[in-house]
Amino acid sequence: MKLAYWPGCVSRGFTTELHGSMALVAERLGIELVELDRANCCGAGVIAEHNQELADTLNARTFALAQETGLAMMNICSTCQGAQSECQQRLDADSSYRAHINEVLSGQGLAYEKGKDGFTNKNFLWVLVEDYGLDKLAEKVQRPLSGLRVGPFYGCYVVRPKERLGYDEFPDRDIYLEKVIEVLGGEVVEYDGARKCCGFPVITMNRETSLRQAGTHVGDALDAGADCLVTPCPLCHLNLDMQQPEAAKVVNRDLDLAVLHLPQLVGLALGYEPKQLGMSKHIASTGSVVDRLAGVPA
Amino acid sequence: MAEYTLKVRRYQPESGEGAYWEEFQVDLDPSLSVLDGILQAKDRDDGSLAVRCSCRAAICGSCGMKINGQSGLGCKTQVGEAQEMANKFAKGDAPIVIEPMGNMPVVKDLITDMESTHWEKIRRVTPWLLPHGDPPEREYVVEPESMIDITQSMACIQCGACVSSCLSMEADPGFIGPAALAKAYRFVGDPRDAETTERLHDLAHDPHGIYDCTHCFSCIDACPKGVAPMDQIMRLRRKAGEEGIDDPNNGHNHEAAFIKIIEKKGTLDEALLLQESYAPGVKGKLKPTKGAIKGLLGSIPTGIRAFRSGKARSLSKMIPGVHPKLPDGAQDEVKAIYAHAEEHREEFNLYIKGEEDVEPEPDEREVETA
Repeated sequence: MKLAYWPGCVSRGFTTELHGSMALVAERLGIELVELDRANCCGAGVIAEHNQELADTLNARTFALAQETGLAMMNICSTCQGAQSECQQRLDADSSYRAHINEVLSGQGLAYEKGKDGFTNKNFLWVLVEDYGLDKLAEKVQRPLSGLRVGPFYGCYVVRPKERLGYDEFPDRDIYLEKVIEVLGGEVVEYDGARKCCGFPVITMNRETSLRQAGTHVGDALDAGADCLVTPCPLCHLNLDMQQPEAAKVVNRDLDLAVLHLPQLVGLALGYEPKQLGMSKHIASTGSVVDRLAGVPA
Repeated sequence: MAEYTLKVRRYQPESGEGAYWEEFQVDLDPSLSVLDGILQAKDRDDGSLAVRCSCRAAICGSCGMKINGQSGLGCKTQVGEAQEMANKFAKGDAPIVIEPMGNMPVVKDLITDMESTHWEKIRRVTPWLLPHGDPPEREYVVEPESMIDITQSMACIQCGACVSSCLSMEADPGFIGPAALAKAYRFVGDPRDAETTERLHDLAHDPHGIYDCTHCFSCIDACPKGVAPMDQIMRLRRKAGEEGIDDPNNGHNHEAAFIKIIEKKGTLDEALLLQESYAPGVKGKLKPTKGAIKGLLGSIPTGIRAFRSGKARSLSKMIPGVHPKLPDGAQDEVKAIYAHAEEHREEFNLYIKGEEDVEPEPDEREVETA
């Protein structure tokens, strides 16, 4: 399997452990990633909020760069998925609008073509379940995550709005994390926050609202007995992990819950060591995960 | 006909007891609604089961409720679909879970008090036209095209499903919320209204206003009429930005900083975004507002922890502006896109235009040209 790969900004910024662990996991799964190193930020909804045409053109450029490779495109960030799907929906809706957007791209030798070679842009979670296949993933597991209690945390941008995100064709996309956790040998923890908002988008605008959301979800997962959370979104990771000590102050309780990026959880099951997967770079302690897996040989 | 189990969250205040769950067996066609199921249970099993409803056709907006945790209208959700959803999350046979709307006090069973959480907030945004000058002798005359933009927010039936689903309001009950802000856009976008700037200024300055929305899309999925309240909130932000409204919540600063950074670097310089969101133009003219100082100070402990853990120990993550731009002329391509798009600023409204993209058949095209 070979894919055009858009890592996004945050996986190469504050969460480099995500970018690194994805590379290791891809290698062991036998997925070849062609990184789109000339591509630009998806806009994270902020650019669309300022100027919709600007966001649509910037993402059309990324899609065009992916289409040049002739490969399907993969991202590792729920927010990239949501922001890019939003633009793609508008681009795909109307040929004259698409032509208008392609006007400026043509000057750069680029064009976004609707449906070219069955073009898709999918988060790693969707690729894993729909294209790679859970059976094949199960065969690759070297260290089943037995006894590890994992709470799924999706990130809004891969679960809503359903109508835009392909739920007609793939209605189970909002239970994929549970499926992956089980295939890796872990135990799914049910708690209230799995499909709720981490609060990150308003961290600079309403810190209290933002951290209350993060703190509540982490607290609920702890109360449900989770050893860790897993998320396909690095922005959720920033609020749930990096801001966790601050969130604890807002919800007025102790919180110390490891938050893993999806490739890290997969990587553990594939036999990588926590340190190789960058788990020492987290803010919340990942010790409980390491301890839990200590008895399981890789 | 099929049998369904409805698991209803009940609350009977006169009993003096707290809320409890009760299951009802109903028997109806899968294509009928969850509301039909509730009414059958009320008719056959327990007349005290309280639910508000009227038209049963998604017009009156009375029967807002949560079905399997999803906010919507009881009359617009088919019982067969609700059963499928319940089974999917439970991975097996499970009852359809029915609760009163969220973010609101419960009066009795499925009936909520919408006054404090919905109507009060609707009144908060001055939901009527504020024209200036003497009224015209006859009716106001506007170009039909200029009203199209606000038809989407006009479609609201005030059912409260979006309020029920709002994840910002869950964390901050003071948030003005999706229904009221969508209503605000209905007047901000109305060409007859003369107080657009004042409205935007008010909603941008309120700490529970347009910059308190976490962009979670819950209201979009909850709305039974396609109003997409979050999209209307983003339009309010866009208009506030266009008017250059500087707010104490760092909303405009954050957006402006983000836009500038991508134009210069192509990908996000997080250190610079943080600095510029709070204190734009720090190198030239620092404008330290109270909110900015509080925000900057508040982010210091997180920064120190990020450094200690090794998460942010490279120069580009510590020093704003060190972040590299895109390679080999790619940054110039991004700049060219900015120049083009900032000039046009086209807004493609899917609600109006729809997703019909049927390319005309070659022979049809000929007829058109002929």
